[in-house]
Amino acid sequence: MDHIEKLESRSIHILREAYSSFKDLCMLWSIGKDSTVMLRLAQKAFFGHVPFPLVHIDTCYKIKEMIEYRDRLAMLYDLDIIYGVNEKAIAEKMTFPDGNCSRIKCCELLKTQALTDTLNGTGVRYRFNHKTGKYERDTNTQPYTGVIVGVRADEEGSRSKERYFSPRNENNDWDIANQPPEFWNQYKTDFKPGTHVRIHPLLDWTEVDIWEYVRREGIPTVSLYYDKGDGKRYRSLGCWPCTTPIDSTAKNVDEIIEELRSGKLKNVAERSGRQQDKEDGGGLEDLRKGGYM
Amino acid sequence: MDELIRTTEKALNVKKREDMHIVIVGHVDHGKSTVIGRLLADNNMLPEGKIEQIKEKCRRNSKPFEYAFLLDALKDEQSQGITIDTARTFFTTEKRNYIILDAPGHVEFLKNMVTGAARAEAALMVVDANEGVMENSKRHGYLLSMLGVKQIAVLINKMDAVGYSKERFDDIKTEYGAFLESIGITASSFIPVSGMQGDNIVNSGAKNMPWYCGVTVMDQLEAFDSKGDNSRLPLRIPVQGVYKFTGNNDDRRIIAGTVETGVLNVGDEITFYPSGKTTVAKTIEMYNADVQTSAEAGSATGFTMSQQIYAMRGDIAVKSNEPQPKVSNGIIANVFWLGKEPLVKGKSYTVKLGTAKVKARIESVNKVLDASTLNNIQKSEIARNEVGECNISFERQIAFDIVDENPITSRFVLIDDYEICGGGIVTAEKAIGGGNITRDDALITRDERVLASKQRGHVLWLTGLSGSGKSTISGALERVLNSMGYSCYRLDGDNLRFGLNKDCDFTDRGRDENLRRAAEVARLFADAGLITICTFISPKGEQRANARACVGELGFSQVYVKASVEECARRDPKGLYKKAFEGSIKGFTGVDSPYDEPVDADIVIDTEETSVDGAVDMLLNYLSDNGIIY
Repeated sequence: MDHIEKLESRSIHILREAYSSFKDLCMLWSIGKDSTVMLRLAQKAFFGHVPFPLVHIDTCYKIKEMIEYRDRLAMLYDLDIIYGVNEKAIAEKMTFPDGNCSRIKCCELLKTQALTDTLNGTGVRYRFNHKTGKYERDTNTQPYTGVIVGVRADEEGSRSKERYFSPRNENNDWDIANQPPEFWNQYKTDFKPGTHVRIHPLLDWTEVDIWEYVRREGIPTVSLYYDKGDGKRYRSLGCWPCTTPIDSTAKNVDEIIEELRSGKLKNVAERSGRQQDKEDGGGLEDLRKGGYM
Repeated sequence: MDELIRTTEKALNVKKREDMHIVIVGHVDHGKSTVIGRLLADNNMLPEGKIEQIKEKCRRNSKPFEYAFLLDALKDEQSQGITIDTARTFFTTEKRNYIILDAPGHVEFLKNMVTGAARAEAALMVVDANEGVMENSKRHGYLLSMLGVKQIAVLINKMDAVGYSKERFDDIKTEYGAFLESIGITASSFIPVSGMQGDNIVNSGAKNMPWYCGVTVMDQLEAFDSKGDNSRLPLRIPVQGVYKFTGNNDDRRIIAGTVETGVLNVGDEITFYPSGKTTVAKTIEMYNADVQTSAEAGSATGFTMSQQIYAMRGDIAVKSNEPQPKVSNGIIANVFWLGKEPLVKGKSYTVKLGTAKVKARIESVNKVLDASTLNNIQKSEIARNEVGECNISFERQIAFDIVDENPITSRFVLIDDYEICGGGIVTAEKAIGGGNITRDDALITRDERVLASKQRGHVLWLTGLSGSGKSTISGALERVLNSMGYSCYRLDGDNLRFGLNKDCDFTDRGRDENLRRAAEVARLFADAGLITICTFISPKGEQRANARACVGELGFSQVYVKASVEECARRDPKGLYKKAFEGSIKGFTGVDSPYDEPVDADIVIDTEETSVDGAVDMLLNYLSDNGIIY
């Protein structure tokens, strides 16, 4: 087995363990390249089916193409899609683009808070109705006890400390200093009522691996990742007010792989276009302890 | 939309570069993170500006710069100055992708060290030249051997702090080398290094240590062998699940699992343990890939069976013509313990071995090893961070291997209070209570009762001629469900007519009323959570439709147990056909009263072609596919 096949098998194994261990299981789908690769791995694990809902957190500031792409794939693959949103913060204009809070605070409200509430069922959930092609208020408010998330260890420091199965307590907190041991393909699948477990099938993948897999599998990706002639492309997708494209002329997957392998991006951090990481020394780590992905 | 999504052609140009996981271990403060930091820096693997960024941070906090800070990326960590978890660092050479796992040396964090070490193919053991061999140098060494890591290089670090003394290096080499020998490990190399100064990490340390002419750490990494090939061992696939997804008219039933060892080929005769049932692998299933006829060790695979026997998560699938695993309700095992509370004799834990999960009890603690001295101590418990041998019994039989025969499927973990608290290796089988407990005779255990909640109430309505096999099949099904821990109950004409339906006669009205009450009782039982197996001839389509309507949403499945009148008359278990043909019974279904063959049956079991076991497997598969048992 080559490098990518090994990664693929490990991820599939993890997804199947998650499916067997958690009755209320969902997968977070951010529309980005990583979680879309994860979606393909789920189709591999379950032989063309995705036997759990995909949850997307809509901040209302996502780039328009991302939402169109989400709904197109939902129909293409017959996916069970749910999205959640912090309607209160949006209504009260408590956002960074509205000028009423910092970037970090905005992330906390529109992402972390929305995610927490969507997962525990206290927030609104909208579910895609394949018959009408529209989203409808979901009547299921059961908390999710297993949440599959597409973080990678090579993204930044705090993610490199993650487990494949990572428990979160009642308050959604991540206790970094006291993580469960994980060995011999045995994971933390037992949990106290009220707590949940995050599952990370992509932990061992690197950015290049992701693109290699996109190429191998012919996975559809959002065109924002590619230069369309102005010498700019997005390397990491987020909300438009806080995400800037990088200088790059990579026009397709091959060129991105080439750029990552040997080109000028080799020594630039992947999330360098994500402004919220820069607000203080450990911006992302603090967000993650509170429940951010 | 075309502009929106770009797909790329399925072209492949993935370099066949191998992966290698390396764990770096050793006593706290012996300099593991510094060695890795230096390894990255001297290989030019750091992002631009990263060193400057950390240096700036150190300057602001008035701390001297250390390479370790590169890895100790978390705020928590830097404030305490020790690695609390297994950070992963990636780097690449022409030959390999390296994943370096930085395992914490502090004894408090042994579970993190184990987490890192368990997935490593080789280890770097760092020993401080100044402090020498410490308790965790030995404990980590022992755990590496237990976890299955056989390749170890010993880095004697901080040579700059002992004036690059050859004598000091030789002393430690002799002492630690002897220790490793005693636990069956021969070190790949002993390397004198300085993480701080960069001697013998990537660049030669000849300037400071002209007396050393061996490998550098980097040379040693490249010289390690990648993991032994598990494909050469007998086939073992712990079953993760049996999938039947019905969306888009998919009718495949797929056994899903990872090939831990061996090779699976289409056409292989496969036996599932502990049940011992046998079938043949018909196809290997994949999504978005070319057809494959084999799956090697390490691949997450799935296969269909040519005969639909009942298999479940927790089974181990093996080749019938290779060495078979053990099946037993007890083992002797070496255990390392990570739990806050000690492992004690007589206490119950949950064992996870492969995909099997079973309640277990510590029958005895045979010996405990002092990790720093390697002496055996007589104790009745194994405390945190200790290693010992114990006898463990299971509440039911499971399949496993002995470590000498197959290390992978000899490994298990112990769970206490939702947490993984220890790991173990099966060194011998040790059956409890004679060991001849077969599945059918086993008493229903507490674990199985817990399992019993993993079911939904349901009505299985078996219809068919007298003598078609309804009672035989339902009896066998009830027995198997019971032995698996599911709660079920059988309703038939006999047990209802003796009591509740005493007043129902054999007129059309009486028979309808008899079935109406049967359906009502079945509905109540299903509502109470039981799998309710009803066996009634119920000859009329209307009677069966009424029963289905009565049970409603709770779940009703009609099972047509099919056999010709001639065959049923030949079997005639109660002698009723004889009487009917003689005319002493009137209105006998199939003889002088009609039987409406069901057209809407959920399952049809033709008992002229299917054995009782085959019928039971069909029903178990049906219950499992429809989420009635899980």
